[in-house]
Amino acid sequence: MLTMGKAITRRRAVAVLTATLLATGLAACGNSDTGGTPADDGKLTLGFSQVGAESGWRTANTNSIKESATAAGIELKFDDAQGKQENQITAIRNYIQQKVDVIAFSPVVESGWDTVLKEAKDAGIPVILTDRSVDSADKSLYKTFIGSDFVKEGKLSGEWLVNEMKSATGAVNIVELQGTTGSAPANDRKKGFADAIAANPNLKVIASQTGDFTRAGGKAVMEQFLKANPKIDVLFAHNDDMGLGALEAITAAGKVPGKDIKIITIDAVKDGMQALADGKFNFIAECSPLLGPQLMDLVKKVSKGETIPQRIETEEGTFTPEQAKAALPNRKY
Amino acid sequence: MSTSKARWAAVTGHSLFWPVVALIALLVANTIYRPGFLSVEMKDGHLYGSLIDILRLAAPLILVGLGMTLVIATGGIDLSVGSVCAISGAIACLHISQQPDQNALGGVLVALALGVGLSLVLGVWNGALVSIIGIQPIIATLILMVAGRGLAQLITEGQIITINSEPYKAVGVGYLLTLPLAIFIAAGVALVVAAVTRRTALGMIIESVGGNAEASRLAGIRSGRITFLVYVISAVCAGIAGFMITANVSSADGNAAGLWIELDAILAVVIGGTSLAGGRFSLGGTILGALLIQTLTTTVYAMNISPQTSLLFKAVVVIAVCLIQAPAFRARFARRRPAAPAAPTAADQPKEQVPA
Repeated sequence: MLTMGKAITRRRAVAVLTATLLATGLAACGNSDTGGTPADDGKLTLGFSQVGAESGWRTANTNSIKESATAAGIELKFDDAQGKQENQITAIRNYIQQKVDVIAFSPVVESGWDTVLKEAKDAGIPVILTDRSVDSADKSLYKTFIGSDFVKEGKLSGEWLVNEMKSATGAVNIVELQGTTGSAPANDRKKGFADAIAANPNLKVIASQTGDFTRAGGKAVMEQFLKANPKIDVLFAHNDDMGLGALEAITAAGKVPGKDIKIITIDAVKDGMQALADGKFNFIAECSPLLGPQLMDLVKKVSKGETIPQRIETEEGTFTPEQAKAALPNRKY
Repeated sequence: MSTSKARWAAVTGHSLFWPVVALIALLVANTIYRPGFLSVEMKDGHLYGSLIDILRLAAPLILVGLGMTLVIATGGIDLSVGSVCAISGAIACLHISQQPDQNALGGVLVALALGVGLSLVLGVWNGALVSIIGIQPIIATLILMVAGRGLAQLITEGQIITINSEPYKAVGVGYLLTLPLAIFIAAGVALVVAAVTRRTALGMIIESVGGNAEASRLAGIRSGRITFLVYVISAVCAGIAGFMITANVSSADGNAAGLWIELDAILAVVIGGTSLAGGRFSLGGTILGALLIQTLTTTVYAMNISPQTSLLFKAVVVIAVCLIQAPAFRARFARRRPAAPAAPTAADQPKEQVPA
């Protein structure tokens, strides 16, 4: 019984293997036949592998890609990797087998992509990285990386503050709520902000602590900042959510957010924009998930063989309360 | 002379002596760093200060810890409490967000009932997996720990649900008699659990199941039912903690609410002197452990210890408390000093009954 079962399994395995070999062989032939021209129906096909659905930001990112693909007339094959690299590698291999025209993905982690990217390159399929980068030494493995520049977001925040405080004579005490320790956005935003205010000796970060990008974290840290430091003039939070948590701590301490303590955040999600429009925040540097239209544009360009820059920044802006009021009704996320 | 020495030995030998010392040491260190740390002032008709923050923020951990204590006393473990927090908070916030008037007390009560009801169901799920199907507790609750996060995100649709409801907010940041309402809720639940376990035979039965489930069953105790019960209690405690966590920031974040609270809760239980092997538990110890962990977290913020070193700082404090609390470790340390009085033998310690 047992041996028979084993035998069947083995036979099946051989069959599957043969089928796979045949399929890849055919695929290779097909590839040389069509010579890299778009698929038969003349429609571009994009294979996209998303990190997962871990936040509202990510959901907005997914929707943007889906909507803009439809609008651009590009056929989208979408895969959710649920935060796992192995799922993403499987998805990319599937796209290679299906001979999509372009592959795009947001890497779950930075390392370990060389093999699968090499496979895509050998198959002649261009790859675009979105939102997050990979650490491959061979930059020819992908066409471009489109995403936000976190250092710039921090820098824009710092520059706004320098301008806002240019008439201030005394010391300006700043507290900082960092993102998750060690994460790229936290490191880069901190650096960008520090660089921007470095030239101005009045501006001083008196306390900096992680709030883990969450509202609860931002609130708990801000409560203690408020008690430890009698004079806080500015709060710089690495994302809207920590800023929103800190709002409650500031209100509970009997201070008026936006007036007694100026608040700068990054992201511009809907709740953050609402707080900005209400005058509780003073400034938001945008970190936009809506890179779909730009991505589709790039997909068309690379499939035509046009050369594109290795690094493309997402189109992002900054918001003041007035701008937030105007932008809020159309905010999708 | 000898009686005072014996009394001193009894005090230092008490399982809660060292956690108390660590707690006081942390408070003293904070006061040295910033003399105003212990000061509490009146603001808007309630007390305001770092100590009050510690009490308020420790409340959810105390609740989760109480349930975890009973589970661990039976020799089990419940890894799903963090996910249960997220689910109950999410369903409550979702219901409130759909109300035309978010401040209506009726809607909030329904939301709380929904949260508690769903937690009950999840507790029954855990309890059934462990006691009826017989899956190892760490695996059985791991299922809900992983799947529960997904469930919470399904409820919130991957977004953060923001609500604006004063009655619900009160659960997290409200005040009663100038103290945080949350700590009264936690204390209330603690009193109920203590009364049920220590004023009846239930506590002893739980300990006997933890000591040896099969022997207890042969002695006429329905071990399966007891095991089932503690997972249900644990889930309901976690559900209530979920209200506090989400009410604290008036929003439900399926991803972040109650994240890793199971580990803090297990730590609180261990610091409180409950044996991970089961068979004996201390509710008072768990409450103390939860307060110690929250004080530690608040200390990191108050002293502005850099995020890169704060994890190490926490680890050092925790390991110091756990080591010094272990009778075997203390006995070895005491033996090195020739003049020291005979240390209480390690063998006597675990059998000691700990009052709730």
